Parts: sequence; C-alpha cells; structure tokens
Amino acid sequence: MGIFLARRLITLLATLLATSLTVFVVLEILPGDPALTIMGPDANSEAVAALRTELGLDKPAPQRYLAWIVGLTKGEMGVSYTYKVPVGGLIVERLALTVPLALISMALTVVIALALGVYAAASHGRAGDWGVMAFTQLGIAVPSFWFGILLILLFAVQLRWLPAGGFPGWEAGPFEVARALALPAFALALVQAAILARVTRSAVLEVMREDFVRTARAKGLTRRAALWRHVLRNALIPVVTVMGLQFANLLAGTIVIESVFSLPGLGRLVFQAITQRDLVVVKNMVVLLAALVVTVNFLVDVAYAAIDPRIRLTG
Amino acid sequence: MMRRPNLLIGTVLTGIILVLALVSYLWTPHSAIDIDVTRRLRDPSWDFWLGTDQFGRDVFSMIMVGARNSIAVGLVAVGIGVSLGVSLGLWAAAKRGWTEELVMRGADFTYAFPAVLTAIMITAIFGPGTVNSILAIGIVNVPLFARVARGSASQIWTRDYVLAARAAGKGRLKITLEHVLPNILNILVVQMTISFAIAILAEAALSYLGLGTQPPTPSWGRMLNEAQAQMYAKPRLAVFPGLAIVLAVLGLNLLGDGLRDLIDPKLARKR
Repeated sequence: MGIFLARRLITLLATLLATSLTVFVVLEILPGDPALTIMGPDANSEAVAALRTELGLDKPAPQRYLAWIVGLTKGEMGVSYTYKVPVGGLIVERLALTVPLALISMALTVVIALALGVYAAASHGRAGDWGVMAFTQLGIAVPSFWFGILLILLFAVQLRWLPAGGFPGWEAGPFEVARALALPAFALALVQAAILARVTRSAVLEVMREDFVRTARAKGLTRRAALWRHVLRNALIPVVTVMGLQFANLLAGTIVIESVFSLPGLGRLVFQAITQRDLVVVKNMVVLLAALVVTVNFLVDVAYAAIDPRIRLTG
Repeated sequence: MMRRPNLLIGTVLTGIILVLALVSYLWTPHSAIDIDVTRRLRDPSWDFWLGTDQFGRDVFSMIMVGARNSIAVGLVAVGIGVSLGVSLGLWAAAKRGWTEELVMRGADFTYAFPAVLTAIMITAIFGPGTVNSILAIGIVNVPLFARVARGSASQIWTRDYVLAARAAGKGRLKITLEHVLPNILNILVVQMTISFAIAILAEAALSYLGLGTQPPTPSWGRMLNEAQAQMYAKPRLAVFPGLAIVLAVLGLNLLGDGLRDLIDPKLARKR
C-alpha cells in the first residue's frame, strides 16, 4: 500500500502543477495584457500601467508563476481587484457554504442512487426495474438548474413551504440553514442520483452473476442475504469510481445552482468575478476548483485500493 | 425498430427537435426577436400557442429558434471533440509507447476542468458569447473522444487482419484509415449522440448563466433565466424551455442507447 500511495501522490502533485500552469498560461499569458483585460479597452494607459505594477505584471512570467505558487502553498492568493480584500479570505468565507452544499447533495445522491440501483437490480426484468430505469433516463435528461426552478415553483411559489432562494447565514441556526439548502441540494442530487443509480444497478447485476454469489446461494444463503453480504461490497468499486467523477460535475453544478437560488457561495463568487473581470479571483478560484476535482479523484483511487486489494498490485 | 422502443422514441424525439429547428429557418408563427410590449405575458391561445413572454415575444417561436441554436452549438462542439479527440486517440493507439502515455495522461489531466470551469476561463478573457461557449464545450469533448478512440482502436490493432495488413507492408497511417477507423466508427457514433446531448445541457447551463448565447438570439437556457424573474406572475414561462431541453436530451440519449443495442446486441442483453 505504501508504494501505491507514493506513486499516486506523485501523480497528484504533477497533475496539480500542470493544472496551475494551465490556468496561469490561459489567464495571464494568453490574453496578452491582463491589466488591460481587467480595466477594459477604454481605460487610459497610465491607469493600466499603474494596475500592471500593482499586480506585479511588470515582472517576467516565470517569476510571477513561481511567486503565485509559493503564495498558494502559504494560502496567500493576492488581493481581489473589485473587493479590495485578500482573495484567500473571500474564498474561505464562500467555501463555508459551497462545501456543505456539495456534501449534502452528494449524501442525498448516494442514498437515492444506492436505494434505487439495488432495488432495480433485485427486481431485474420486472416492473420495478423498468420504473427505475425510466426514472433514471428522465433524470439524466433534466438540467439541474431547471429542476431547481421547478422545485422553487412548487415548494416556494405554490406551497410556500420553503424559501425561493437566499441564505440566512449560519448564525440563523440549523433549521433555517436546512430550509435554505434543502431545495438546491435536492436539485443537484437528482441528476447525479439518476446516473449513479444506473451504475449501481448494472454493477450489482454484474456481481450477482459471479460464481462466488452462486456458491453463497448454494450454501443456503437467501437472495437478500447474499445481496447484502457479498454482492454490495464487490459492486462498490465502479460505484465509487463514478462517485469520484461525479464530484467534478457536482462542483460545476454548484456554480449554476447557486445562481438559481441566489446563494452566496463559491460558484456565485467566480461568476461575479467574471462579470467584473476580477482576474485575480478567477485565477485562484479556477485552480482551487480544479485542484478539488483532482484531489477527490486521488482519494477515490486510494479508496478503491482499500476496497479491492487487487488494485494495489496492478496500480 | 418497433422491437426497439429506445431507438423508436429517440428517433422520433430527435426528429421533432430537428424539424422544429429546420422549419424555423423558413417560418416561425411570429418573430422570435421583435419586442412588442402591447402583447406581453399573454396566455397560450390560437394566436400564441405557448403564450408570450414579458417582452411580448412568442414563446413557441423562441423555442423553435432556440432549437436551432442548441443543435448548432452541439454539432460544432461535438465536431471539435471528434476531429481533434479521435485524431489524438488514433495516433496514440498507432504509435503506442511514449506518445500513447503522453496523450492519455493529457486526457486524464483535462478531466480537472469541467465544461463550466473551462467556459469560465474562456469568458473571463474573451467575454461571453456563442462561439466561446462552443469552444469551451468542444475542448471538454476532446479528451473524451481521445479516450474512446484510443480504447477501441487499441483492440483493433491486436486483430489478425491488422497483423496481415502490417505483414503486407502497409504503414500505420494507412492501417489506421483503412482498418482501424471504419471498425470503431459505430462506437464513435454512439458516443457522438451522447456527447451531443451533454453539449445541449452544457450550452443551456452557460446561456442560463449569461455566459453563452447573447440576446437577442433566443436560447433555451437564456429563456429560463428570463422566466425566473416572472416566476410568480407566469410560472408557465419557466416550464416550456425546460421541457424542450429535456425532450432534446432524452431523445438523443435514447437514440444513443438504441444505436448501441443495435450495433452490439451482446451489450444490450447484458444490461
């Protein structure tokens, strides 16, 4: 396991470096003059020159890149051009909303997907299976932001049970926070759950045909006991893999969903930063989101090495 | 086709969207762009089949033109993904060794950037717009097609007929074009329909955020964004464009599933 972890860790670090380099090249080198991009084509040249000095753009690119990376490791990301506050602080403040939102919807996704997937596999070829498959087919086709709007229409506009958007802040207490996050989390979870339920179903079906399951049944285990004791653990590997990949979609999804529900999270911050051309924020946010995706995929690799020892040998 | 409901429903739904888009070039019930406040927020009627929006534009006409927009974005974005991705994948499978390793690690690495994130980077520099959203979605498709092409091409390279071709003195490029590509085409077509559906979803999300298609060109995502402001007055405005997206995506997904079952019946039975 030690060598496996070390190899994966080196790959992770290399990917993170490549990610940061890509973001740096795309946002600081490709546009030509980032100061001009920030201030717009109508700005006077003295103001642009002043901003260039302020952002350190007069230094050579390799030096800027190194300084940025060293700053990132210390949590220093520079100062936001529009908010005039350190970017690190801004991000931490917004993460406090986005991370719980992503985690709640991931948890919802897993619960819905496993329940539906296992149920469909257990009733393979019967009405229950067909129903779940039809539901997932539809779920995959529904854009999460539209589902969010429909949820608002039903639960906020018609029934008036939940707020249509906004966030009261953590100080409002867990009940109010849960009310504010329920609809966005569910909107994000539905589409992901539809995909994961399909993966779970086919993984469970695949394992149910294995010899060891037949042996377990032959030894007198009921279908249900064989399912819980032998099939589920073995079916988990593809499910966990897809979950890892889905986390990327979920993070990207928060950007859209936070706009639907006017939630002051990371997604909204990056969106506002674009409209205000705050490249310092955009650069750090994009690299942070990409790093989150890469790290989650690394954790998935490690997790399924723990579930299936065979992967360590081949990995 | 009647024995394959996926293929049937998929073809019909995709056909409907396609026809709507094509007809919109010749005819729409009303203008999809002209603003007329005297007829704002009308309910559905014989004159305005799905009613009008807050600017008095006919919703059905906007959905027709929106279909054109979605299909165009999907086609070009998938086109970028296919042309670059498949070339890279085929190249990797033919050369093997370092080239393969480099292309595939590159493909792995681009997974760190989901479409919305790529679009954010592009719009931060070049500004929002249809072309930039197409670029963003297209770029995300490149590693996907590279993987699919490399995976299936590698299998073809192990076949006896490829060995025979090599023994006959054919070069890598000739073998790739004459033997490998035709044999992986069916898999690529299935992936194309699925990617097309994902591109439509991504375009809708980007337009909803205001990063994609810009007004006055109607797009389904943008219509939903505008409808949200009228949610209390006219909730139906938020329903129709979403339904159009669902039907288009559902149609393409079913078509993809149906085609896969048709091409590889083994896979269909296994599922």
